[in-house]
Amino acid sequence: MKKFFFCFFISFMFIFYIQLVAQDISFTAQDNPNDDGGAILLEWNIPLSYPEMIISRSIDRENYIEIAAVSPLLKTFIDDENIEDGQEYFYKLSVLNLEGETIESFSASALAKAEWFNTDKISLLIMTILLGSSITYFIFSARKGKRLYIRKISGLDTIEEAVGRATEMGKPLLFVPGIMDLDDMQTIAGLNILGHLAEKVAQYDSTIHVPVCRSMVLSTAKEIVKEAYLRAGRPDAFKPDSVFYLTDDQFGYVAGVDGIILREKPAATFYLGAFYAESLILAETGFESGAIQIAGTAMPTQIPFFVAACDYTLIGEELFAASAYLSNEPNQLGSLKGQDVGKAIIIITLLVGVVLEMFGIHFLKDFLATH
Amino acid sequence: MAILMDRIGIWIGVFLTFAIFSFLYKDNPFYKIAEQIFIGISAGYWFIYTIYNILIPNLFIPVTSDFTHNFILLIPAFLGILMLCRLIPSIDWVSRYALAVVIGTTAGLFFKRYLQSDVLNQLTATMLNPFASSNAVQIIGELILIIGTLTGIVYFFFSKKHEGAFGTTAKIGIYFLMVSFGAAFGYTVMARISLLIGRLNFLLGDWLGIIKP
Repeated sequence: MKKFFFCFFISFMFIFYIQLVAQDISFTAQDNPNDDGGAILLEWNIPLSYPEMIISRSIDRENYIEIAAVSPLLKTFIDDENIEDGQEYFYKLSVLNLEGETIESFSASALAKAEWFNTDKISLLIMTILLGSSITYFIFSARKGKRLYIRKISGLDTIEEAVGRATEMGKPLLFVPGIMDLDDMQTIAGLNILGHLAEKVAQYDSTIHVPVCRSMVLSTAKEIVKEAYLRAGRPDAFKPDSVFYLTDDQFGYVAGVDGIILREKPAATFYLGAFYAESLILAETGFESGAIQIAGTAMPTQIPFFVAACDYTLIGEELFAASAYLSNEPNQLGSLKGQDVGKAIIIITLLVGVVLEMFGIHFLKDFLATH
Repeated sequence: MAILMDRIGIWIGVFLTFAIFSFLYKDNPFYKIAEQIFIGISAGYWFIYTIYNILIPNLFIPVTSDFTHNFILLIPAFLGILMLCRLIPSIDWVSRYALAVVIGTTAGLFFKRYLQSDVLNQLTATMLNPFASSNAVQIIGELILIIGTLTGIVYFFFSKKHEGAFGTTAKIGIYFLMVSFGAAFGYTVMARISLLIGRLNFLLGDWLGIIKP
């Protein structure tokens, strides 16, 4: 029995020792993948029992400079401090004991370089190609005369009614293109609608006020309204002062617009663009003045306020679809149809992804995840 | 002197606060004064802010201190000058080039950003096994997330009539959207209350000294 226990103990210790010795101790250096150069990736596999390690760098294998103190737990370190592409860097990983003395060191070297492609974003490329090709295909189809259907968007059908009402009442219309600059797609979408609205205003010989809070938006809105009057055949009726700047300040702008709503009493107000905290202040003042209110934004936190206080609200993407809806122009209709195909692809991918996840297959999710 | 200026500042703040609050009753001369002061001062402030915080540190200093490495900044500077051409009616059309560059660049840059953040990241975040958890509430929550996402996307189909099964799905989608809007409404109203609390703090604390800050 004693022999048996002795053999068992010896075997156990032997296996334990083998496990310890067999642990693959390694230290490697390589160019950090998928970057624009200037970084080297260091990886190591060191027993976790060591308290600390020091990484040193050299360009001549002689004069090493300490660059970081790391824990074995980390497993990787990216050195991106003053790294020049094409220069070979030598690294030393010194393993310290509890007293801080070096008990072992490992060496590795690597060159940094920039990559042409970031392979982590292949999924983004595939999605772009799919979306781009479907949009291009439908644009060309529409240009060739294929009839493309677009569903009814209630708020946009009332534009003509609002302009007519304003003309009958002898009151102006108010258009607010949001508080963001031209680098926001919602502002551009809003300005697209302004073009159609201004054309109707010109046709009906009504008036429109467009207060803005960004200089670039001022220039663009002026150009758009001027061109709309030209399209309507009434360039003489265009008043440059109808598009005017108030201030860049969010609440200063709101105070100004509120004043205009109260004093001018517009027959209809349009809030189409990117809005933040001012949405309810504007919409509530417009509601009090008795104007027909049409709003549209893709800001999820502001849509509820517009839904509550306006007659019609364009929710999210409806704002972007509005231009195609109003113009019926083949390029825009084709683009809209192409985007719908993109949405169908997203729905199918999502369904397949959920089913795969239920079976424990994570391939699709991992592939689509961009880093 | 500093205390006197402080007091004057507080009294001006109190007057303007009440002038703005008077809008709740109706439009009046006090509101008009506060509105015009607000717009005028803020427009002037942003003008100076643009010069000292954007033009000088991002253009003038880099170009004058190290022209060789920063000469590329002359391109946006040139586009800015094109925008100023709007002041001369005979050549105001050249500003369109600057606008075209801004709009085109924005569209290109944001296409990739939105595709990543609003499409792919949301897609992968919704790809989950709803039955992985043993918690019934979590299972229901994840099922709602998946169904809500799918039906929400269906609502935003523009090239197909919303009728039959497709229309029902879109209707479920808009219900999901409305519920989320309701939740967002309540949440944001709570946040706005904090603005009112800030003003009341100013009136009752800094002005009247009834409450200690």
